[in-house]
Amino acid sequence: MNEFFILMKQELVITLIIFILLFIKLSSKQWSNEKVLVLINVLLLLNLAAGFLFPDTGDLFGDMYRTNPLMAFEKNILNLGTLLISLQSYNWLKTHKHVPEFYMLLLSTLLGMFFMISSRHMLMFYLALELSTIPLAAMANFDLEKRRSSEAAFKMIISSAFASGLLLFGISLLYGATGALSFSALGETLRQYSPLHILGFIFVLSGFGFKISAVPFHLWTADVYEGAPVAVTSYLSVISKGAILFVFVTVLSTVFSVYGSSWYFMLYFLSVLTMIIGNLFAIRQQNMKRFLAFSSIAQVGFILIGITGQSLEGNVSVVYFVLVYIFSNLAAFGVISLISAVTGKETIDDYKGLYKTNPLLTWVLALALFSLAGIPPTAGFFGKFFLLLAGAGQGNYILIAIAALNMVISLYYYLRVVKAMFMDPNDHPIETIQADWKPKLALAICVIGLLITGLASGAYQYIYSLFVLN
Amino acid sequence: MNLLILLIAPLVTALAILPVKGLKQVRAIALAGSLLQLGLTFATLMSFLSERSSGKTNEFLLEQNFAWYRDLNINFHLGVDGISIAMMLLTAFVVVAGVLVSWKMEKMSKEFFFLLIFLSMGAYGFFMALDLFTLFFFLEVAVIPKFLLIGIWGSGKKEYSAMKLALMLMAGSALVLVGLTGLYFYSDFHGTRTFDIVEISSRNIPLGVQQILFPFTFIGFGIFTALFPFHTWVPDGHSSAPTAASMFLAGISMKLGGYGCLRVATWLMPQAAQEYSTIIIVLASIGILYGAFATMMQTDLKYINAYSSVSHTSFVILGIAMLTKTAINGAVLQMISHGLMTALFFAVIGMIYERTHTREVAKLGGLLKVMPFISTVFVIAGLCSLGLPGFSGFVAEMTVFMGSWERIGLLYRIATIAGAASIVVTAVYILRATGKSIMGPVANQEFNGFSDAAWNEKLAAIVLVAGILIMGLAPFLLKDLINPGTEEIMQKIVSSIK
Repeated sequence: MNEFFILMKQELVITLIIFILLFIKLSSKQWSNEKVLVLINVLLLLNLAAGFLFPDTGDLFGDMYRTNPLMAFEKNILNLGTLLISLQSYNWLKTHKHVPEFYMLLLSTLLGMFFMISSRHMLMFYLALELSTIPLAAMANFDLEKRRSSEAAFKMIISSAFASGLLLFGISLLYGATGALSFSALGETLRQYSPLHILGFIFVLSGFGFKISAVPFHLWTADVYEGAPVAVTSYLSVISKGAILFVFVTVLSTVFSVYGSSWYFMLYFLSVLTMIIGNLFAIRQQNMKRFLAFSSIAQVGFILIGITGQSLEGNVSVVYFVLVYIFSNLAAFGVISLISAVTGKETIDDYKGLYKTNPLLTWVLALALFSLAGIPPTAGFFGKFFLLLAGAGQGNYILIAIAALNMVISLYYYLRVVKAMFMDPNDHPIETIQADWKPKLALAICVIGLLITGLASGAYQYIYSLFVLN
Repeated sequence: MNLLILLIAPLVTALAILPVKGLKQVRAIALAGSLLQLGLTFATLMSFLSERSSGKTNEFLLEQNFAWYRDLNINFHLGVDGISIAMMLLTAFVVVAGVLVSWKMEKMSKEFFFLLIFLSMGAYGFFMALDLFTLFFFLEVAVIPKFLLIGIWGSGKKEYSAMKLALMLMAGSALVLVGLTGLYFYSDFHGTRTFDIVEISSRNIPLGVQQILFPFTFIGFGIFTALFPFHTWVPDGHSSAPTAASMFLAGISMKLGGYGCLRVATWLMPQAAQEYSTIIIVLASIGILYGAFATMMQTDLKYINAYSSVSHTSFVILGIAMLTKTAINGAVLQMISHGLMTALFFAVIGMIYERTHTREVAKLGGLLKVMPFISTVFVIAGLCSLGLPGFSGFVAEMTVFMGSWERIGLLYRIATIAGAASIVVTAVYILRATGKSIMGPVANQEFNGFSDAAWNEKLAAIVLVAGILIMGLAPFLLKDLINPGTEEIMQKIVSSIK
């Protein structure tokens, strides 16, 4: 019993917070939004701090659930991201009618992701995946007055259901072929190539492809990102994608490790397609959220290169990149969410001349974009370099050259925004934004994070040591 | 002398600019910072010379090595040889002059000086780096400040030029990146993988790998140094940039490429350098002639200097590709000489433009009567550019020609003759531009009221002219400094042939 509490403490804390929120919602006393928000942010902070205590290794529920320091750290990365998003959306939620519900849904998905990261069994994994996706669709609908928001939610739920279907079909094929569902048993049984195994694998891969929005499974991404509230968009693009990537690495390296040489080529093509299509579509975007949606598709292409490395360094670089990506993307979304909450403006044209009125916000957004583009001294440079380095370990320099040239394309559209902010004249620039200190704090953390995590090697080496320990 | 100081000093200067208010304070800090850099570079030179004379035979001295990403064996490794010290001196001179020239930068002065000083830090880091990752880091650090400097403070079609420059330089670094990752994985065959330049140079990379990686690396760095046909960012970028940024771009930034071609591509992959040398020589010769003839057609002073930069930096590539000791020495000398000369040219053009608000040769004329100091400096820069003995240009170009004459073979002869012939073309366009804009009657009555150079402009010009004259009159100073470095590179090339 004691072991249960220690191993599952991160999940239990989240559950506890959900219950506290439920209690607040149902209590007869009317809580003001601001009080609720302060309380939640404090709770999330405590949750993050608690995540670092007593990292332990162990299995529960007959090998269905496993935790170790690496998984605990991955969950903490997600905790950090959630806290940052919560701080950033302060201005938006302050006037919203359903704050406790929003956080209940948010934390339910987070709980689902935690179980997903820890799952060692296909059923557990599927259950956790559903727990993490269905509340997300409800969250996408949280701009209650906007039609686009409901449209986004609807697209999200349909495409998620479809992806889950594919995944489930793949799992059932694998089960039919091997009679096993736990990761370790599957990994042992899948020794030779048989058509059924490969078919099952392809379906599972497609399911994952949907969730990480790799091309050609990306079509839902841009519409959902554009329609959903900014807080949900940033959650989708950073936290939810990060969690799936963590699991993806685990599944590939435990269940399908034998098929390494064949999924290498699948991921190779997926990655090239994802980078090129993501980049080319990002060039044409006018809406900042759509723009970041396509840019995040392109980023996934880079992450896939790290996974194709199939090495310790490759896996480390994926987790490291997700950490860096959280800082960079949340810095960008933080600025966008502030501007959108205060002025409602979301297109690149609106951002023209931003530097005149909001120099600090402009620098934050510019740094975030540089980090996404992989320009030093921001951490994005290190993240991308290590991903490419891991990919080069396979000796495929064509892939590295394609990726490097994609970095040039991506620089173009990131600089387009920078150019609009710094250089283009505008008669009606966005007025000077007066923000609460909480979103500012979140932005400051992001900026410090994206400067420090690269220049100081601590984060990378910590992740590396966790992988070695694993 | 700890080399880290040379990185910390610019960084502290740049950060110190941020909190202060007002142009006067900002430029005072920037000037103090750049003078400090100059002093520190000389201090580095002195301690380098004293270490060397005390009998240390290591190629690189004053080394600083810190583990950065230990698990990947990436180190923050700094160290200097004669070549890098020469490049650092060039950087220091150009930055001081650049700050002085931008003395009246009213528009967003804080950001301007911040970016300028930040750029200089990137250049120092690049020249001192002995680890390929560190080197690449500093190579890319410089891309964004250049973009912002041109895009915000530039003139003409500045956004277009800024974007073109940023993308082409990024493409260059992308190609370099492929080369570097390859070198990392093939440095592996005894012991661990490494990015350390000295370490890799002592291990022989297999020929088949060199053949793949060398083009990536050389072309990547070549884009930075205007290797034909990847030179197209140069004219637009240089002519749209504000004066100080043009000086930096042409004076230092293009040299990053030349230094990289020499230090990384040629030194680490000598066999491939041999194999590809004919192609590179052909490209460089085309670049020399094309640049020279294209300059003839230009009417804008900045475009004249930008296209002539293409021609002049192609000499650097030609010298490196010839792979003889004299030619490589010449290439390094040409980098320094061109850096000083072109920075001076852009500074003077900036001064003229500030007064007359035109850079069209046809609209200028008789400036000598109105602003004698500026005109004299213009003539000096011009004479240096066309290679008059006594100035640095002559020393450098002569050395390249002598070195390339050492290579026997029809192609090398043709390339050398083509290069030498381009000097005639250079004389034509320089003398024509000088004659039309400086000499003759005053073209516009408005010009009569213009003042000559202010003290800061005079000082900027004097700093650069002093550099040019020292190099032109006492070339042995610089040659003795860089010679051991090139000898080391030559040794590697010669031993790889056997």
